[in-house]
Amino acid sequence: MKDDVTREERVDALGGMGCKRKRVEDARFTQGKGNYVDDIKLDGMMFADFVRSPYAHARIKSINIDAAMALDGVAAVLTAEDLKPLNLTWMPTLAGDKQMVLADGKVLFQGQEVAFVVAKDRYIAADAVELVEVEYEELPVITDPFEALKSDVVLREDTVDENGTAVDGAHGPRGHHNHIFKWEMGDEPATNEVMDDAEVVAEETMYYHRTHPCPLETCGSVASMDKVNGKLTLWGTFQAPHVVRTVASLLSGIEEHNIRVVSPDIGGGFGNKVGVYPGYVCSIVASIVTGKPVKWVEDRMENLMSTAFARDYWMKGKISATKDGKITGLHCHVTADHGAFDACADPSKFPAGFMNICTGSYDIPVAYLGVDGVYTNKAPGGVSYRCSFRVTEAVYFIERMIEVLAIELNMDPAELRMKNFIKKEQFPYQAALGWEYDSGDYHTAWEKALKAVDYEGLRAEQAQRVEDFKAGKTRKLMGVGLTFFTEIVGAGPVKNCDILGMGMFDSCEIRIHPTGSAIARLGTISQGQGHATTFAQILATEIGLPADSITIEEGDTDTAPYGLGTYGSRSTPVAGAATALAGRKIRAKAQMIAAYLLEVHDDDVEFDVDRFVVKGAPEKFKTMKEIAYAAYNQAIPGVEPGLEAVSYYDPPNMTYPFGAYVCVMDIDVDTGVTDIRRFYALDDCGTRINPMIIDGQIHGGLTEALAVALGQEIAYDSLGNVKTGTLMDFFLPTAWEVPNYETDFTVTPSPHHPIGAKGVGESPHVGGVPCFSNAVNDAFKAFGLRHTHMPHDHWRIWKTANDLGLHG
Amino acid sequence: MADKMHIKMTVNGEEQEFLAEPRELLIHTLRERLDITGPHIGCETTHCGACTVTIDGKSVKSCTMFVAQANGADVTTIEGIGDPDNLHVLQNAFKEHHGLQCGFCTPGMITRATKLLEENPNPTEEEVRFGMAGNICRCTGYQNIVKSILAAASEMNAAKEAAE
Amino acid sequence: MIPAAFEYYRPKDMAGVLAVLEEHGDDARVLAGGHSLIPMMKLRMAEVPHLIDLQDVAGLTGITIENGTVRLGTMTTQATMIDDAALLAAAPIMREAALQIADPQVRYMGTVGGNVANGDPGNDMPGLMQCLDATFHLVGPDGDRDVAAREFYEAAYMTDREDDEVLVAVSFPAPEGGYAYEKQKRKIGDYATAAAAVQITKENGVCATASIAMTNLSDTPIYSEEAGEALIGTSVDEAAVEAAVAAMLGDIDPTEDNRGPIEFKRHAAAVILRRAIARAWSRA
Repeated sequence: MKDDVTREERVDALGGMGCKRKRVEDARFTQGKGNYVDDIKLDGMMFADFVRSPYAHARIKSINIDAAMALDGVAAVLTAEDLKPLNLTWMPTLAGDKQMVLADGKVLFQGQEVAFVVAKDRYIAADAVELVEVEYEELPVITDPFEALKSDVVLREDTVDENGTAVDGAHGPRGHHNHIFKWEMGDEPATNEVMDDAEVVAEETMYYHRTHPCPLETCGSVASMDKVNGKLTLWGTFQAPHVVRTVASLLSGIEEHNIRVVSPDIGGGFGNKVGVYPGYVCSIVASIVTGKPVKWVEDRMENLMSTAFARDYWMKGKISATKDGKITGLHCHVTADHGAFDACADPSKFPAGFMNICTGSYDIPVAYLGVDGVYTNKAPGGVSYRCSFRVTEAVYFIERMIEVLAIELNMDPAELRMKNFIKKEQFPYQAALGWEYDSGDYHTAWEKALKAVDYEGLRAEQAQRVEDFKAGKTRKLMGVGLTFFTEIVGAGPVKNCDILGMGMFDSCEIRIHPTGSAIARLGTISQGQGHATTFAQILATEIGLPADSITIEEGDTDTAPYGLGTYGSRSTPVAGAATALAGRKIRAKAQMIAAYLLEVHDDDVEFDVDRFVVKGAPEKFKTMKEIAYAAYNQAIPGVEPGLEAVSYYDPPNMTYPFGAYVCVMDIDVDTGVTDIRRFYALDDCGTRINPMIIDGQIHGGLTEALAVALGQEIAYDSLGNVKTGTLMDFFLPTAWEVPNYETDFTVTPSPHHPIGAKGVGESPHVGGVPCFSNAVNDAFKAFGLRHTHMPHDHWRIWKTANDLGLHG
Repeated sequence: MADKMHIKMTVNGEEQEFLAEPRELLIHTLRERLDITGPHIGCETTHCGACTVTIDGKSVKSCTMFVAQANGADVTTIEGIGDPDNLHVLQNAFKEHHGLQCGFCTPGMITRATKLLEENPNPTEEEVRFGMAGNICRCTGYQNIVKSILAAASEMNAAKEAAE
Repeated sequence: MIPAAFEYYRPKDMAGVLAVLEEHGDDARVLAGGHSLIPMMKLRMAEVPHLIDLQDVAGLTGITIENGTVRLGTMTTQATMIDDAALLAAAPIMREAALQIADPQVRYMGTVGGNVANGDPGNDMPGLMQCLDATFHLVGPDGDRDVAAREFYEAAYMTDREDDEVLVAVSFPAPEGGYAYEKQKRKIGDYATAAAAVQITKENGVCATASIAMTNLSDTPIYSEEAGEALIGTSVDEAAVEAAVAAMLGDIDPTEDNRGPIEFKRHAAAVILRRAIARAWSRA
């Protein structure tokens, strides 16, 4: 390195943390050279397709596969009977329940997997599906969780004893045969006492409707059983490939070292690809049965009908305060519709995820949360759709309750928030429902946001609009949606977070090559977040080699260290920490090598950007590139050759990103059409690794939030038929329906994270949904509206306006 | 099964000849028969545009065209738009402006954008949003996609002016 | 979503088309752009053992405007309707409506013939053709036949076309005066929650003629003659508009779907028609 290079230039040359590094992934994606699961093609590969139930609840009287088997090119048709000898008719879910792999005597939701057809190509498979004859006897259908808890109909006969009494579930006693669990946090008697004595109490019930993550790529897998070597390779859309390997081993009995699981490029996940689905299991079985590789890829209707819904929470809230707006207590009860099997993808000890973050960003002294999980004839799932576990529900709940309380108090909702924020000096803050918030500066963020949008000006404009509306001068109302959210991400500490018993640590392994470039492998898997770009930036800063010289690899269980995967914004908080710490191990060894080369004591050299320098003599240095070479080409007394490190990181706590959002919306009262005039998003995700990628995550998360708030739902009719099975009816916005967003930030690093980063991918969704919804509710506030349920599509907004008498 | 048809088409400048069932969807022909896996399958009902290719000068969703219909056609996919040594301006612009994340919609998105800019070399933001409304992206919220396309348009116009 | 197998035909002339239709009756169907039919086939909701692709049949494309009559060959795409300068001059409502159909890719493939002949109440062109008082030109084994668009639709997917007939063109008198095609939909790619096609002429400040039709508010497109009549001879003041709206509401019969309940559909239909009339009148 030449002497005339400044320190600043050396920093820039690394492309490390904080810079807007362009993504290394983009070269292949922009040229159509991504490698997604459906791009995998193996010699002799077969294609599989499911026979699915048209009914939501029915007894299976018979299955006749003869005609299908007779079709030229069909290799196998698997039914539950075929899975019984393998003990695979049912499989464990991540939530401590079990789920049918193929319908065992009955079906419990429309679209449930009944038989698995394996054929030479996908056309023959599709034809054969039509030829499988299944005789059903329809049973009463329950799609409403409240009805389920009253009904005599037993949905899950496997969960009752011979007397029809519900046996205990994974989370304790069940009160009814269609009840799954009761989960309670906080102090209910103390909360009730506060409510009874409160000066003001606001109550509201809100339904957070069922929706679906719907990544553009559906779920799929390719299983290839190599019977000669006894090795199974499984490629698939897995957000947690290592866990899939462990589960596959436990289910199949194949030793874990003989299973290789690979997540290739993933076309978006958003929680859809965390769970283990019947298709994955069946593709493995089919490969074992046929001796050929077997590909299964679901189509969009199958995706929406069967794999991984999100939300479906009925939330009943009570919030108490003093007359001047100091919140004194919060009570929340949730009736959670989990569908036919409890397949929620939550850490095992948290049957309702982190719903107990529902005290939000506020200093609430006492609170209670109770959640009742319920079986219905709907698809299983309950995944975290672009959020940490049930955090979107929690934030929606508290941010709506704050608005309702503001109405009750006749107080400005921005002021009410300001009055109740946890103060900067209270961090680390112990919340009433158990969490310890790591860091925050809510007041600063809120003031910055309100100033940026000229909040007072907006309220004045809105008041004028209401006047004009009342005077008949306009038919458009204006809503100002506010949200201040606190996320809880980075699951999580092994002491309380595990999935199927596997602690939720994550990992990074680094090898520095002799010429000063490197490869790092992680236990996570990118689905668009740009890990190959950002993790290299963390390492560049930590080890002083250019990000462009560092390859990041994830997703192959044969090569990557064990990790729990990517979801719940955990990659940066957990694997990012592992990466930094592994980098520091490299640096520690490099320090010894540098000291040896510079002929000084280890303590007499210090790290400086891309080199170790002799303290007090910066002209004496060894660059990391030189050190890397030395690690391989000379004998250094007391130091092993090579330069490698591995770190498994068990986070001491979650991280708590937060943000302040404001949405300005115009609503056509006559058509129910909404127009987002402005959306301001301030995010604080702690240390910012790549501002370009952060902005991209925020744009995307807000757009998914817009979709959920304004129309995206999985709806059923009373017979349990899915009414929203294609993208005609399931709302994914196009460029035409989406506004431009303004992004902003503050930086409050996490005190316990090695680089202070908190995670950001899910914040915009978590904060966005209540912000859009609050804007709609706010628009009608002047006319007496307290709360209206999402999704705020045209007809529901029309109904709100109509119920308020705004159509004359 | 119906009889197989003799199909001839040009894909990315190369003549292709094969026998196929008429019902074979063009997206499967490209991906499975010809190993051209840039175009993807997203929704299968013409809503998402991940399968977008250019056929005889039109942007088409190849999941909704039988191979029989494309007999004799000239098809261009993302693979035919640029190559590693000679990327299309749009391919660079998407990278430069972070116009993609998971990459699954990107080939269809860029393929459609090439046609959009061909028809309207100097679009407004609104025209880009309207002209790209047949392509769904779940990751980016479109803001940077629109930015990428507008930047590519400027760059292409500047290059054209410089050439004149 | 994989369609069932079929035999494929790509005749060069109408005789070839008719021969297949004659041989296979309702087992055969013609394919224009395919963007209604192919999704139905992929969902296996439409079984088509014999599929006749019209793309090579001579004489089915093109827009001609002669002696005040606009004629569109059945294979004219929505993209062509949007780009055609002569059509824009003669019947600007065509472009306004076409731009509100689906998305750019679909509009390259979607044809006027496919849109009107399929009988899908969600399609936009049938309502527009009611408004324009178009004539549908059919060819069958017994020769040519013209049917008024306003007589063509019987029920959802049920039309006056016989199984062995092919719709080869639509024509209509070049409209005069102001126009509007107003459509409320949930998003790009959606069918109308409610849509209205309006053509109005004005003489001396008074409405001389008015034609009003509605889309996706019944199992067929709705031509509301009474609604148009309510405007004629008035200055299209509020009372006249409300009379037109009331007449229209008497003619539609919407059903509940994911776009909303019947009450909302009726409300939206009224709002959309008011807006369409206002815009058309402002252009008259």
